[in-house]
Order: sequence, then C-alpha cells, then structure tokens
Amino acid sequence: MNEMFRDKIDISLTVNGEPVEGRVPAGQHLVDFLRGALGLTGAHASCEHGVCGACTIKVNGEAVRGCLMLAAQADGADIWTVEGLSDQGTIKDLQDAFVARNALQCGFCTPGMLVAIDELLGKEGVPSRAEIREHLSGNYCRCTGYEAIVDAVETVARARAQKGAA
Amino acid sequence: MKFEEPTSDNLFDRAMVIGKATPRIDGPLKVSGQAPYAYERHDVVEDQLVGYPLGATIGRGRITAMDTEAARNAPGVAAVVTTLDIDPLEISSFNNARLFGGNEVRHYHQAIAVVVAETLEQARHAAEMIDVTYEEEEGNFDLEKAWQNGLGTDEADAETGNVDEAFASAEVTLDETYRTPDQSHAMMEPHSSIADWSDGENMTVWTSSQMIAWARKSLAETFDIDEDRIRVESPFVGGGFGAKLFLRSDAVLAALGSRAAQRPVKLTLPRPFIFNNATHRSATIQRIRLAAGQDGRLTAIEHEAAAHEFEGGGNEENPTNLTKLFYAGANRRVKHHDVVLDLPESSSMRAPGEASGLMAFEIAMDEMAEKLGMDPVEFRILNDTQVDPMNPDVPFSDRNFVDCLKVGAERFGWSDRNRKPGDTRDGLWMVGHGMAGAYRGAPTLTSGARVRLERGHLTVETDMTDIGTGSYTILAQTGAEMLGLPLEQVTVKLGDSRFPASSGSGGQFGAASSTAGVYAACVALREEIARRLETDDVRFEDGNVIAGNKAIPLEEISADAEITAEDTMEFGDFQDDLEIGTFAAHFVEVGVHAATAEVRVRRMLAVCDAGRILNPVTARSQVIGGMTMALGAALSEQLAVDKPRGYFVNHDLAGYEVAVHADVPDQEVIFLDTLDPAISPLKAKGVGELGICGVAAAIANATYNATGIRVRDYPITLDKMLDRLPETF
Repeated sequence: MNEMFRDKIDISLTVNGEPVEGRVPAGQHLVDFLRGALGLTGAHASCEHGVCGACTIKVNGEAVRGCLMLAAQADGADIWTVEGLSDQGTIKDLQDAFVARNALQCGFCTPGMLVAIDELLGKEGVPSRAEIREHLSGNYCRCTGYEAIVDAVETVARARAQKGAA
Repeated sequence: MKFEEPTSDNLFDRAMVIGKATPRIDGPLKVSGQAPYAYERHDVVEDQLVGYPLGATIGRGRITAMDTEAARNAPGVAAVVTTLDIDPLEISSFNNARLFGGNEVRHYHQAIAVVVAETLEQARHAAEMIDVTYEEEEGNFDLEKAWQNGLGTDEADAETGNVDEAFASAEVTLDETYRTPDQSHAMMEPHSSIADWSDGENMTVWTSSQMIAWARKSLAETFDIDEDRIRVESPFVGGGFGAKLFLRSDAVLAALGSRAAQRPVKLTLPRPFIFNNATHRSATIQRIRLAAGQDGRLTAIEHEAAAHEFEGGGNEENPTNLTKLFYAGANRRVKHHDVVLDLPESSSMRAPGEASGLMAFEIAMDEMAEKLGMDPVEFRILNDTQVDPMNPDVPFSDRNFVDCLKVGAERFGWSDRNRKPGDTRDGLWMVGHGMAGAYRGAPTLTSGARVRLERGHLTVETDMTDIGTGSYTILAQTGAEMLGLPLEQVTVKLGDSRFPASSGSGGQFGAASSTAGVYAACVALREEIARRLETDDVRFEDGNVIAGNKAIPLEEISADAEITAEDTMEFGDFQDDLEIGTFAAHFVEVGVHAATAEVRVRRMLAVCDAGRILNPVTARSQVIGGMTMALGAALSEQLAVDKPRGYFVNHDLAGYEVAVHADVPDQEVIFLDTLDPAISPLKAKGVGELGICGVAAAIANATYNATGIRVRDYPITLDKMLDRLPETF
C-alpha cells in the first residue's frame, strides 16, 4: 500500500446541519464516508463513476456526485443529503409530487434525482419540459421511465412560481 | 385454495379500492432516503466487515497460482478466501455457471477471491494485491459463426401444415435476417448482500432478490446446508428486470467471507464487475420468412433463431416462442438454436424471448405490409387470431389485440402519418411514423400469504418482493378490498423467508399470482370470522363485518386477540387448456437528422390489453418504464463482445448506454377496459413485461418510414444509416 493511500486525513464539515469530524483514508469516496462512517442511507452508489447520479448530494449549495469526490476534499464543506433536505422540509412539495405522480418505482435513483431537481428549482424561472430533461440527464432511472418525473418537477416549479407571484 | 375454473362475478367487479389510482404506499420511505436497500442496512447486525471481490481476467482456462500474501498482510484485512482455497461449490438448480470454487475459469470476471476488511477501501486495495497466474484456453465466443453453421440444421421445434409448399405457391414472400445484441439489465441497485454466517451454522442474508424462496434454496444447495438454517430478507429491491431472479456471487462471497472472518460481511458487486460476472440477455440472430396472398392473409410463417447460453442451459431468450401464437396462418415452422458459448451466463431479462423476438418479427411484419401495399395496422388486424394457430382447439382466454390496434391508430392520429418513406420534413429532421404489435404471456405461479387482523388493522405477510413494481401497494389494496377496510388500515410486510412463500417477482407473474395469494389468505380470514360469528353469511364493508342485519366493527372482533389466517393459491390445470396472454399496440413518431442520421424519438403511445388494471398509477409506470427500456434497446443498448478474448467490453454504465431523460419524449399509455376471468379471482394480468415488447420495432419501423433506410441490426445507430442518407439535406 502506498503512503498516500495509507494516510488518514482529518476533516471537519457540516452534514445536514450537524457538525461532523472524521479521520478518513485518502482514497475514500465521499458517498462511502456518508453511508459508511455516518450511517446515512439516502445517497446510493450505482455506477461508481459519475454518470448515473444516484449518489448526488449537495456540497456548498451545488449538486455533486458523491462517488467522484473524495471525503478528504470535503473538509470545511457544507453537505446536504436527501435525509437532511427531508428534515428541513424544503423539498416536501417535490417529495409529495413524486409520490402523487408515481415518479419512482424501485426508488434507488430517487434521492439523487431529488437533489439534482432541488438545484434546478433553485434557479430563476419555471423550466420547460426540455430544460428539465436536459438538467436531469445525468440522473438515470431504469424503472419508471422519465415522463412522471418530468411531470412532478413541472408541477412543483409552476406551483412555486405561482406562490412566489401571489 | 385452488383456482379451478374461470371466475364469475365477484367483489372485485364492484371494487372500492382495487382498480383505483393509488399512490404507492412505500413512496414516502423512498423519497426521504429511508427505504432500506441491502447495502445500507447498517442496523440489522453489528460489527459488519466489508468484502470486495476479485474477478478472473480471462474468458476461459484455469488458475495455476494465486499469491495472496501481500493481501492477507495488508492493513485491516480480516480474511481472504480464494477460489483455490475451497472445493468447487455446488451449482444450484437455479444456476448454470458455478459461482465460486476450484481452479477452473469458465467466464470473464468469474469471482475468484473475496477480501474482507474493516473498511471498503482496505478490502478494495488488498484485492488488487492478489497476484493470479492463469493458463488461458481458447474459447468459443462467436454467435455469428455458430449461426452460420447451425442454420437450417436439426428438426423444427414446432411445425404445422406444409410450409415449403406454401412458400412455393405464395404471391408475396419475405425472407430477411435480423440481429439483436447482448443486453444488460443495468438495474440501478448493484447486486448487494450482507451475510452473517459467523458461526458457520446458521446463515442470515440481507440481500436484493426478486425471489426469496429460490434464493434460500439456492444458498442451501450451493453450500450444502439445510434450508432451515438459512434466512433471507429482501424488503426493498433497487430494480431487477430478471438480474435478481437467481442467486448471484454477492451473497455467496459475503457468506464465505463471513464464515472465514467469523463476523457479518457486507458486499456489493462493483458496477464494472456486474456485466461479466452476473447475467445478461443473450444476443439473437433471427431469420424470418413470411408468405401471404395479395389479399394480405398470411399463409406461412417460418422463424429460425439462435441465441447463446452457458453450458447447462438457463437461457430463456427464445425469440421464436411468440411466433407460434401471435398471428394467424395455416403453415408454420419454428426452430431455435441454443448455442453454447463461453461468454458469461445469459439468463432471463424482462420478457425473455418476446422482447428480442418482437424486435425482429414486428419489423418483418412492417416489411411484409409494405410489400403487400397495405397499412401495417390493417395487415395486423387481418391476421389476428382468437385461437392458438398451431393448436386451434386452444382458444385465447381473452384477446383484444385488434382493439389495441384500432384505439391506438385513432388516438395517435395514424391516418395523418407520413406514408411514403422519406417524404416528411421538419427542417433538418426527416419525420417518420411506425407501429408494432406486442404479445407477452401471462403466467401464474403458486403464491401464499398470511393475514393478521388486530384491533381492526390488517397485516399482510408474504415473501413476495417489490422490485419497484408496486407490490406493496396492490397487495394492500387487495387486503383492503377483501376486508372492507380503508387502505390506511392495512400494513404489508414483504421479502422475508419467515413469511409464506409467494410467486416472487418475475416473468410478469408477480401481480396476478401474489394478489391471488393474498385473496386466498383473506378468504380464509373471512371464513374464520364467520365461524366465530356462527354464520356463513357475512359481508365486509366500511370497517365492519355485516352478519344478517348486524354490523360489527372489525376493531371489536379483533380487540382481545389477533385473528390470523394463511393460505396459498394454486392455479388449476384448466389454465393449460387456454392461451392466457397480454397484448399491446405501439405507435411512435421519430425524427432522423438528415445530415447525421441521429434518431430522436418524438412521441410514443402504447395501448395495452392486460385484463383488470389493479392500480392505474403503478401499471402506467410499469408500461412507460418498459417503453423507455425498449427505446434504449432500439437505439443505444449493446454489450460489445471481444470475440478473441471473450468478454463484454463496455462493462460500465457509461459504455452501456441506457436511455436518459433527454432521450425520451412524451409518452402515453392507454389501458383497455378488459377482464380476464381465466387468470385469477381478480381477473388481472401482469403488465411489467408487456411494456417492453414490440416498442423497439415500432421505433425501427418509424425510422424506416422517416428515411427509407431499413436497419435490421439493433441498435439503430447512426453509422448504420450514414452512408445511405439523402445526397442533399
């Protein structure tokens, strides 16, 4: 084992609003730190190389692949996973719309999908269906197809815009 | 309970819960990241170690030496088990490739070692330190060569009439060959297990499996231990599509690692390992000959195909099966060659046989319609059959394929389609329309359940799985309907070998079979309640049992002690005298770029006939998901075989291209309002596999209609059309 790998790195960060400290191997992926060391269950590893989006989490406000970022890089970061976003209540309308529209089947891709959508909906304006599809093309779903997901996102985007205008 | 004759009028015909659009009851758990998939079940057992597999890097041969010293001494490593350390494990009755043990390598990425360590990083790193020496052997990896050698040889699998004479005298004939590639299930959740076999006696496996009882039996056979000592749990499955029907190496390696380290071990198959280590859908080559009179009636059908299988069999991808049944025609011959190759084990993937068979056959039907100068919808309507054409005494139980075609044509606007290939333009896009028919059998399997009523709350327990299909929800609906309870008063517990054995999920048999199993258990519960009330005339409505003119709350009946009942639904032989199937018509519009030949699907419509739809929300999702998977099959999905070395080259989710959001247009599904009394008391057939059937051919036909270029070799990628595009664009 080379020295670089053997090194353990001390990190301190915020995960879902809670301060966390850890000593992590240099080669540890962030998603494995979250589900291994912290025992979280929402971010899932699927492709393990950044194409499928199942491990998408929020790092300093941006949607990031948990399998492409090392835990060591997260020192000082503010991280949110679907569990934290759920507790916070900020994506409740989106989660409700996912259930109501059946925008999920097996649900394995869903947490990552929700985080990616949260990023999209944080931008100005109501995205078109084409823009929704474009933004979410890095989040694979193998069960549901994408129609219901686009429906759910569109519904929430419109409802939020209306609420904002009112 | 035995289902011995077609159902007459029953409570499902006046249903309050079944058939109603009901959001999935497991939805809230899944959207909040709390659904426990196998690898993240941190709380089921303490002191979990992490396992990491090592795979063979040759397609065929043997291992002469493995040096594990560095790995065993690496930091954090608790155990290393290599394939040379143990006798070859038994091949269970559900498997064909051996999952572990011995020095023989029979396919690329066959598991040859597992390293167990305190952390994933330590296990992964140590696994890379194992030095393996091979003696490579030549293997047979070429389906095309086998097809050329096998074509026209051997007796037909089934034959009626005089096919040769019918072709010789036919006014119009077609003879074309089609190819479908190897495909991967590519479910989102990798094969994952936590195994606790610490004491070498009792084994518990928390895994991701479609079939609990099969997994348990396979584990027992593989390790030669008593089934009673094994418990399997799989309450949430992150997709399967057939990949998780049978025991795979994740559970085996986790168990071996646990026994060696004497602690529980969790292990997930790394994604790049899955494509060659686990199973896939075999490639097929199919020659289809059709003969018809000028009137458009098919007079002869011949379908000869080849697919590859692992030695010992197991491949269900027989594309000729549906050809025996789907269309009329007096003379018919089908032949399928199962060719043994040394590639990884091919096995069931969503609609095995029908999926690849229809990819070819429904192009052939389109080509034949064109030769006849007929509308492809009319051509199919004309050749519909209400009986098994090779056994005309056997009727279809309920077949409404013609209605699917007519409703679809109407709703899609088929009459406004582009008629002459290459004739419609939308800027740089050539626009085309295509359609295809679909057929998928509707099998049933014995299915059991236990129900418990306590203080008016019903709990359903069965080892049935929910692989995303919606089992939790439709079983809750069934229980609620049977006991006259609101949905909120029903809890469903699934995926545990301590519960009664069910059909499991696969082959489109899950919904029909498992709801019938819950029905049987609920009938037993109703009888028990009636017995306690000393009457045999009871109804269940609004949370009450109504006996005579008295309404007693179920809460009261079960206030002191829980009332339980258990039963199993068995399906009677009468079903063998019928063809029970599901049908669909698919309509597609594509645009093909005039300069690059890029195919973009612009809209899709499916019209389905599958009996009663138990839950329109989950059923629609199943069909749309199938259409999406078929879009990938039509345009991008292909496992590329390295023929000299014998493995799938593009073994990750970047190289194996599934359809993503931006590939998929607006999709619509219509369910015909049909009932099939022959399938089960609920008169409902599965839809999960129907959704993938025929869709790829509809896309292929639309692509032809757009361009005038006929591609018979899936996937339809630009390179196959680029040199035949119009000169000017």
